[in-house]
Amino acid sequence: MTALLPRAVHPAAWWGWAIGLAVAVSGVTNPVLLLTALGVAALVVTSRRGSSPWAKSFRLYLWLGLFIVVVRALLHVLVGLKSGDTVLLPLPEVTLPSWAAGINLLGDVRLEGLLGAIVDGLRLAVMIACVGAANALANPKRLLRSLPGALSEVGSAVVVTITVAPQLAESVQRVMRARALRGDTSRGIRALPRIALPVLEDTLDRSLLLAAAMDSRGYGRRRVVSPTQRLLTGACTLGGLVASAVGIYGVLDDTTPAWMGVPALAVGIALSLTGIWLGGHANARSTHRPDPWLWPEWLTVASGVLAAVAVHFVARGDAASLGMPLSPLAAPALPLLAVAGFLVAALPAFLTPTPPAAPTRGQGRLLAPVGHVDRAEGPLTVSHRGKKSERVQS
Amino acid sequence: MIEFDHVSVTFDGADQPALRDVTLEIDEGELALVIGRTGSGKSTLLGALTGRVPHFTGGTLAGHVRINGRDTREHRPRDLADLIGVVGQDPLAGFVTDTVEEELAYGMEQLGLSSATMRKRVEETLDVLGIADLRSAALTELSGGEQQRVAIGAVLTTHPKVIVLDEPTSALDPTGAEDVLATITRLAHDLAVTVVVAEHRIERVLQYADTVVHIGTNGVVTQGDPAEVMLTAEVAPPVIELGRWAGWSPLPLSVRDARRRARSWRQLPPGQPATGQHSAGEAAAPAGHPHEGEALLEARGIVVRHDGVVAVADVDLTLRSGEVTALMGRNGAGKSSLLWAIQGTGALTKGTVRMTNSIAGQAIDVRSLDAAQRRRHVGLVPQSAADLLYLDTVGAECDQADRESGRDPGTCRSLLDDLAPGIPDDRHPRDLSEGQRLALVLAVQLTADPPVLLLDEPTRGLDYSGKAALRRALHGLTARGRSVVVSTHDVEFVAETADRVVVMASGEVVADGPTRDVVVSSPAFAPQVSKITAPQPWLTVDDVRYAVPEPS
Repeated sequence: MTALLPRAVHPAAWWGWAIGLAVAVSGVTNPVLLLTALGVAALVVTSRRGSSPWAKSFRLYLWLGLFIVVVRALLHVLVGLKSGDTVLLPLPEVTLPSWAAGINLLGDVRLEGLLGAIVDGLRLAVMIACVGAANALANPKRLLRSLPGALSEVGSAVVVTITVAPQLAESVQRVMRARALRGDTSRGIRALPRIALPVLEDTLDRSLLLAAAMDSRGYGRRRVVSPTQRLLTGACTLGGLVASAVGIYGVLDDTTPAWMGVPALAVGIALSLTGIWLGGHANARSTHRPDPWLWPEWLTVASGVLAAVAVHFVARGDAASLGMPLSPLAAPALPLLAVAGFLVAALPAFLTPTPPAAPTRGQGRLLAPVGHVDRAEGPLTVSHRGKKSERVQS
Repeated sequence: MIEFDHVSVTFDGADQPALRDVTLEIDEGELALVIGRTGSGKSTLLGALTGRVPHFTGGTLAGHVRINGRDTREHRPRDLADLIGVVGQDPLAGFVTDTVEEELAYGMEQLGLSSATMRKRVEETLDVLGIADLRSAALTELSGGEQQRVAIGAVLTTHPKVIVLDEPTSALDPTGAEDVLATITRLAHDLAVTVVVAEHRIERVLQYADTVVHIGTNGVVTQGDPAEVMLTAEVAPPVIELGRWAGWSPLPLSVRDARRRARSWRQLPPGQPATGQHSAGEAAAPAGHPHEGEALLEARGIVVRHDGVVAVADVDLTLRSGEVTALMGRNGAGKSSLLWAIQGTGALTKGTVRMTNSIAGQAIDVRSLDAAQRRRHVGLVPQSAADLLYLDTVGAECDQADRESGRDPGTCRSLLDDLAPGIPDDRHPRDLSEGQRLALVLAVQLTADPPVLLLDEPTRGLDYSGKAALRRALHGLTARGRSVVVSTHDVEFVAETADRVVVMASGEVVADGPTRDVVVSSPAFAPQVSKITAPQPWLTVDDVRYAVPEPS
């Protein structure tokens, strides 16, 4: 049962699952279903997220979702079309001059319209929560590592960018503190050059150092490739692009002959993939401990897709049950098939391998001879756990 | 293995070549030590070796550099990645991934080694460097010494024939540096790798070096036997200075060798400790009795917490007039947090900081002042001093400093000329050398004329003459009754500069007393001269010169 030993599930599987769930949610305004989906996402995140820093980011997405719902409701009160019979809050209506005809500011807030707005906001919030779940579950760096060879360098560049962002924030803090040493605590636009200049210099310096280090470690090495293969790669990539463009045009324009549509698009995609695959040959790169793709990964993706399919079937049969009945106002329906689809999406919370335990640094230190206590001291940001183990030792 | 054939390097816009007609050869398995003053071209030489000069930096390279037969003219750094491993000064700046294991594998991934090989080599390297327990730790959570060892491991995994290290210990505390240096010598001894290392703690590596490459002024490079090159080298650690003064031949290269030669000195009657820790400006500060000055600043019960971690735990500190206090301790012992808390800009969880200056008449609570007022009482030069500079010329920085301190125009400029004469007004602060930039920041902070000046790690990146200039500046301040605190890892600098040493560990003060009493007994903090001549109470070469009538 190696598939179930504690390990990180392939990040692409989590994204597949999350996208399936988001697609399912996109066609739903029924609050019961929306909250079910949110609950499923939260359940999977809490039971399968790892110990990495971004694993804690799910909460941020939830706050973002709440913000969206509130903003949507406020916008409705301000400029929305107030429909329904039940007046909740009588407000005067402001009529705008003729050049802005059709927009009415404020006006009586009615229950039905407000509920519609909130449910609409909730749908967007839940979709964002799905993306947030994928972000919390899948290590973005590991996802980029599993890119095909031809794209791996782009992946490395993105990884470096992700790393630089927090460093930038740290530089800003440091420079702000240093500025206070010169008695300068002014804020706003006047302070900008005084902060921006040292920070930019710092960032540029670091970027150059990193680029030099990566260069020396072999980033961007190329294998010698025969001219024929290079030509073939170029032809495939270019041909794929052209065929894809023609295909997309054909799909969107009904008047074109049938062969210009889906077939051309399929050929284009196939050619592009071949180009990427061939291009990967020039890149000598290999991957240390690649994430395996076993049945839990298939199961994860399938559960997300199933949710989308279930909602799709309900939409074809009884589309009204996916919505919130507003006129007249009534309790939302409970389409069992859709609920079942969302519940299937919760399966990864139980059937995938558990994430590996957090790194246990400091274990070896407890056994180290007393003379080596010194090197245990971490930087100021050392975790509480680290400090404790040190105390125990001394 | 490494061959320089009439190599000259000229950077764009420079009228002088950075390296001039360098011809040298380093054989397989040798440990070569590159020495020279700051800015003499050590990094350029190492850059030419790794192909970064001129492929990455630009400039013109004349002659040929060949590594194992590969000419850097035809091979970019990435094409040499399987042959050369490069380790920089700041390990964190060169890390590409975020955990130890991934970082060790990164270089191998770029070379396209098979998965099985990578697994095996990662394990081997973890064991060679003794960092197996850190395997899945985040790189940012490691201490400086651990980070540097990971950086060395990350280049070791590709099994390079040459490893190039550019000042690998300059950012580390003494014990962290010790670990890294032990690793480096192990590379040369056990793994038969050719090691080229530029190092400012020359004495630690010198005894293991097979050859020394000395870069003099104007980019003239000489290579030779360590003992011979060190006789005339422009940079010399105390142990070499002592050997030169005593006329020992061959020159002892390690503390151990020197100790054997100094046997007769140890038998000298234990006289009074030599008076001069300072050679200049000690008239106002009676040496050896550092606690007699008037108390300028009293910090009581200082507690600093960062997110639940106690950085400074209930520290009392009194700073007296005319006294240089050295603040020592490991990385992360709370030195910086303490300095920032005392200055008033940094976080302070509990405690009081009072200026008990008789000029002001009454005690002032430093923390209650605003930023502009505070810097007139306590000045702080932070670790990354360049953060204070944001204008585009030295002259503009000086004018700004005069304005913000409310001093007469020209105050800062004259202070700067005292500290580092001859810096033109129109120079960009970024183009200054490390020592000049420190002098500028020091001048900016001194323009406000604070009675108490705190310096966080000022000696980083300074060579022996830069440190001597800083020492003179600090003693000039104490002679005028100011109080100076220097946080540093540099034991030699402390031995020659400080009147009093405060050692911190885990946020607490574990030792506080006159320099001599604190450092001599400590294995990590004892200066070389003290190690050589113990049980004599000498700390510096000057002490020995004063006490020993006949060198040998």
